[in-house]
Amino acid sequence: MNGIQPPTIEYGQLSPLLLVFGAAIVGVLIEALAPRYLRKSLQMPVTLLGLVGAFALVLTVVMQGVPTKAAAEGAIAVDGPALFIWGVILVLAVISVLLINDDNEFVASAAAVPGTPEEEDAIAAGGAHTEIYPLALFAIGGMMLFASANDLLIMFVALEVMSLPLYLLCGLARRRRLLSQEASVKYFLLGAFSSAFFLYGMALVYGFAGTVSLAGISDALGAVGGQNTLLLIGAGMLGVGLLFKIGAAPFQAWKPDVYQGAPTPITALMASGTLVAAFGAVLRVFWVALGNLDWDWRPVMWGVAILTMVAGAVLAITQTDIKRMLAYSSIAHAGFLLTGVIATGAEAQNALSLKGILFYLVAYGITTVGAFAVVTMVRDAGGEAGHLSRWAGLGKRSPALAGVFAFFLLAFAGIPLTSGFFGKYAVFAAAVAGGAVPLVIVGVVSSAVAAFFYVRVIVLMFFSEPAPDGPTIAVPSVGTAGVVAIAAAATVVLGIYPEPVLRLAEDAASTLFIR
Amino acid sequence: MELYVPILVLAVLAAGFAIFSLTIAPFTGPKRWNRAKLDAYECGIEPTPQPVGGGRFPLKYMITAMLFIVFDIEIIFLYPWAVAFDALGVFGLIEMLLFIVTVLVAYAYVWRRKGLDWD
Amino acid sequence: MEPAKIVEHAGGVIGASWLMIALPLLGAAILLLGGRRTDRWGHLLGVAMSLASFVVAVVTFFELIGLPGGERRRAVGLFEFIPGLVDMGLLIDPLSISFALLITGVGSLIHIYSIGYMSHDPGRRRFFSYLNLFVAAMLLLVLSHNYVGLYIGWEGVGLASYLLIGFWQYKPSAATAAQKAFIVNRVGDFGLAIGIFTIWTTFGSVTFQGVFESTLKPEQGVLTAIGLLLLLGACGKSAQVPLQSWLLDAMEGPTPVSALIHAATMVTAGVYLVVRSGAVFFPEGSTAALFAAIVGTVTLLAGAIIGMAKDDIKKGLAGSTMSQIGYMMLGAAFGPVGYAFAIGHLITHGFFKANLFLGAGSVMHAMNDEVNMRRYGALRKALPVTFYTFLIGYLAIIGFPLLSGYFTKDGIIETVIHHNEVLGWLAVLGAGLTGFYMSRMVFMTFFGEKRWADDAHPHESPAVMTIPLVLLSIGSIFLGGYLVLGGRFMTFLGPAVGMPEGGVPAFHPFTVPGLATLALVAVGAAIAWLRYGRVPVPVTAPRGSFLTTFARRDLYGDALNESLFMRPGQWLTRIAVFFDNRGVDGLVNGLAAGIGGTSGRLRRVQTGFARSYALSILFGAAVVAGALLLVGNL
Repeated sequence: MNGIQPPTIEYGQLSPLLLVFGAAIVGVLIEALAPRYLRKSLQMPVTLLGLVGAFALVLTVVMQGVPTKAAAEGAIAVDGPALFIWGVILVLAVISVLLINDDNEFVASAAAVPGTPEEEDAIAAGGAHTEIYPLALFAIGGMMLFASANDLLIMFVALEVMSLPLYLLCGLARRRRLLSQEASVKYFLLGAFSSAFFLYGMALVYGFAGTVSLAGISDALGAVGGQNTLLLIGAGMLGVGLLFKIGAAPFQAWKPDVYQGAPTPITALMASGTLVAAFGAVLRVFWVALGNLDWDWRPVMWGVAILTMVAGAVLAITQTDIKRMLAYSSIAHAGFLLTGVIATGAEAQNALSLKGILFYLVAYGITTVGAFAVVTMVRDAGGEAGHLSRWAGLGKRSPALAGVFAFFLLAFAGIPLTSGFFGKYAVFAAAVAGGAVPLVIVGVVSSAVAAFFYVRVIVLMFFSEPAPDGPTIAVPSVGTAGVVAIAAAATVVLGIYPEPVLRLAEDAASTLFIR
Repeated sequence: MELYVPILVLAVLAAGFAIFSLTIAPFTGPKRWNRAKLDAYECGIEPTPQPVGGGRFPLKYMITAMLFIVFDIEIIFLYPWAVAFDALGVFGLIEMLLFIVTVLVAYAYVWRRKGLDWD
Repeated sequence: MEPAKIVEHAGGVIGASWLMIALPLLGAAILLLGGRRTDRWGHLLGVAMSLASFVVAVVTFFELIGLPGGERRRAVGLFEFIPGLVDMGLLIDPLSISFALLITGVGSLIHIYSIGYMSHDPGRRRFFSYLNLFVAAMLLLVLSHNYVGLYIGWEGVGLASYLLIGFWQYKPSAATAAQKAFIVNRVGDFGLAIGIFTIWTTFGSVTFQGVFESTLKPEQGVLTAIGLLLLLGACGKSAQVPLQSWLLDAMEGPTPVSALIHAATMVTAGVYLVVRSGAVFFPEGSTAALFAAIVGTVTLLAGAIIGMAKDDIKKGLAGSTMSQIGYMMLGAAFGPVGYAFAIGHLITHGFFKANLFLGAGSVMHAMNDEVNMRRYGALRKALPVTFYTFLIGYLAIIGFPLLSGYFTKDGIIETVIHHNEVLGWLAVLGAGLTGFYMSRMVFMTFFGEKRWADDAHPHESPAVMTIPLVLLSIGSIFLGGYLVLGGRFMTFLGPAVGMPEGGVPAFHPFTVPGLATLALVAVGAAIAWLRYGRVPVPVTAPRGSFLTTFARRDLYGDALNESLFMRPGQWLTRIAVFFDNRGVDGLVNGLAAGIGGTSGRLRRVQTGFARSYALSILFGAAVVAGALLLVGNL
């Protein structure tokens, strides 16, 4: 035999990933072998142990020194930003899993058709699918891989590993099941559609560069320059696939429908974790692989960023459902983050932008999970009271909860002394330093428009009379209460004392992406 | 650019064939309509009439097909390893074992959840 | 001599001095978030946090005086607040630690006193959480090493003050008073904020180190402007003319609040600001300093005149507080010697005024919350501890020889006369007025015959209230002498605010102004005796002369505000509303409607059909690819 060498795999560097996937497989085994009544009490610890253990392993890798070379034959880059993003995803995943632990959000028997006796039986039997846990773990593992893939093929695999479980999870809401199933199918169809774009773009870029490794593409670009039609279309298609995942306009249409239909804990996981992972991938593709093409993609990205910020902020105004409103808010935030992606330049400038983006992702992710956790607690007879009119006067019925939610909204709006302020500040400052001043102006104006609808909800909660048959505030489980408390505390601390996390982001960003 | 010319030609040929077949079919083909022909094709299952509320429809066929694909792909991965297993050594053995165990776990899940029972 | 240079400090007790702020803040957070669950032990936690903060302050103080004189200004960096613009950090120096000791020391005593005073109030836990919040904010104000931190603390104490004045918000008068305090303070805060902005643009820094040790030489006009803006802030917080009107109404709050916030600590923040910024913005002989001196003089006379006519014991004391802070502000306008006496008076005043307020609270506690002194009389026997401690506070404030107030107030008067005869002699006159109104208060409350309401059964307060009184009165006796004699305090404060050129001036007990002050005080006390001690006091107030009415109506301060600001303000508002409705609102509503309309129209794109979404993605992809091609081939 000739020339076939066993590859070297840096198991130490990849251990966090492997642990998450391993925990997921153990989860599947539990589903297979454990009796029904034991499953939940087994799944929960396995999931949490897997995630917390992976976080510990991330710390270990950091302690041993951030690797300077891509692992697994250059397929996966475990560099500073990747480790930071892993840590963030794992933290967000742990608090999302605490929300997922609430049986009241998930369907008892997904196979039962809504409105049939089977469904009633399943509800009467109580409980919920426990497959949620391994599915969530697979999705989380996919997110981590997505953000660290150093190779378009791996990135595509990661994209699918992340997305497929999420498609399924979206259809598992306990109430309003048709809406949930509709969301699931839509997300699946559109996700598959966008994946096809990604794949097609990958093929074209491969046609240009003769390789799918990000470093190889960058080298090919350096050698040839960017005047290649195949390359440009390929870059565009890759971008479409990635921008779809972050929900940038005009690829944002799925977000409100899916966020609304999905079970709220899953929405929390998607809105935080997926966004973080997708930005990791966007940065890798556009900065590492297509870094030399920035003169070509930057103007297009300008347009996308402006459209995203404006569309998110403007469309959110007329929303009447709290989850849809948060979805549009998430679109606007994706636009704000894109301003940081655009602000490239010399190495110091890139590090500055990256630092801003990383901090923004932490701040936004945690606040988002907290906000959705509050949404799960405001319920009426039909499950969560999604319609905004039901939230009127919430401040009078439950001042503490409404106060915390108002605080989260203020953080989204970027009011000083909340984490959102420093997030926006860091990204916009980097964008200004990168010369994208008009973009920042659009960003600030959009923030002002966005602040309008956040404040409108606050006004609605505190200055309207509560409806006589208004929603009840569910007594939160320990997990949900914990999530709200953690998110609120993080939002406060990052708003008053952001330095440690900023420093961490700075350290992570200083090495930039390795190739 | 020349590299792509054959691909382009192939694409044009394929598209041309599809368009040609679709346009010519209504003119040349016999038109013998019956009920079964007008039904939507769903793996041989009658789509209508359905019980109230949609009811359940059997997924067995599809599950079996999907399982077949999963194990098919497993075999595809085994082939290259079988060809180069001596060069890959212990590394290849362990990786392949891990791969098979992973697929086995999925198999165990399907099996225990009665995915393989036809009734 | 110039103040010492500020040095960075890390580690040790001083490095941990942030605990002083963090502990009461934690207490406030636990009590506010814990809700009713903490009702049973909330007050104990509040006291514990305040005491712990005091302990940290004391330890820090000893650590600080262990350092050589020239190194006693330590900046403790905490964290980057706004990256690249503002760092959070503390400045531990003799000035700030003096305040910290006063705030935590007197604050703790008042916390303890409040356990008894608020024992029957259902909102006691909330009360303690606000008190803790206040202590934390006040400490941030005085300990911060930059103007932004100072401003945050400044607003924090404003918030705590608002919450506590309106603590009994079911009383319309309390709610109104809280809002009044808040609004009047906005004027001052506005000045302070603009002042800080100007400092930033002038010096490119907001840290004390960056400003005071700056090598830039800005124009004198800019410095004066900043000084006047800061003075406006100081006037608001310290209830100086023309922003004095809120303090008298603020007495609607519970008495411990009046003692802690509206007598001993918060209202002195303005003096702190002036002294802290003195070397750069209020140097001796500058325009800004002259303004400060005039403001102080006017206020000390106005406060004293108001105090002379009030029958409400707390409002009388509030007038007195205004007056005494006027003395401090006056002193703070005259360089290092003035600073030392101003801050010295501030500290002794913190003790004896807290003593007097808590004494008044004890009297009210005994008299079913009656505040009208015409309903008191002959309480000497019924409330012996309160009486004797109140008496000590009284003697201290009128400047009875060898008690606390004598040393510090006399120091201010001597310093001022040395620089500016007119203002100095006006300050002497103010001392005489003090002698009158304080004697009147004591005679009306504790002497004469009973004029009690029918259901009044005065009883001495519990030990938890009287012990703080005793401790405060001990401070009222000895603290002044301890600080002033031998120039002890001036030497201690020297590294922070600078030392006088000619060394510490010796203390002369028998000077012309000193003797004149004593004589005037004696005359004032004698007149009070003739009018309120020797003859019975009518239960209903006589109509009085024009002057009495003038003083009773707070020198028409409210009427002045009303006619000068409120009515024109209302007119202006009406005009503005008119234009707002027609013009601005049209624009804003039009804009909002425009955005809303766009939103509504765009919303229809969101059809809910996956096919149209896919189409939009396809369309978007075509646009992206097309745009890339276009850009790439340019």
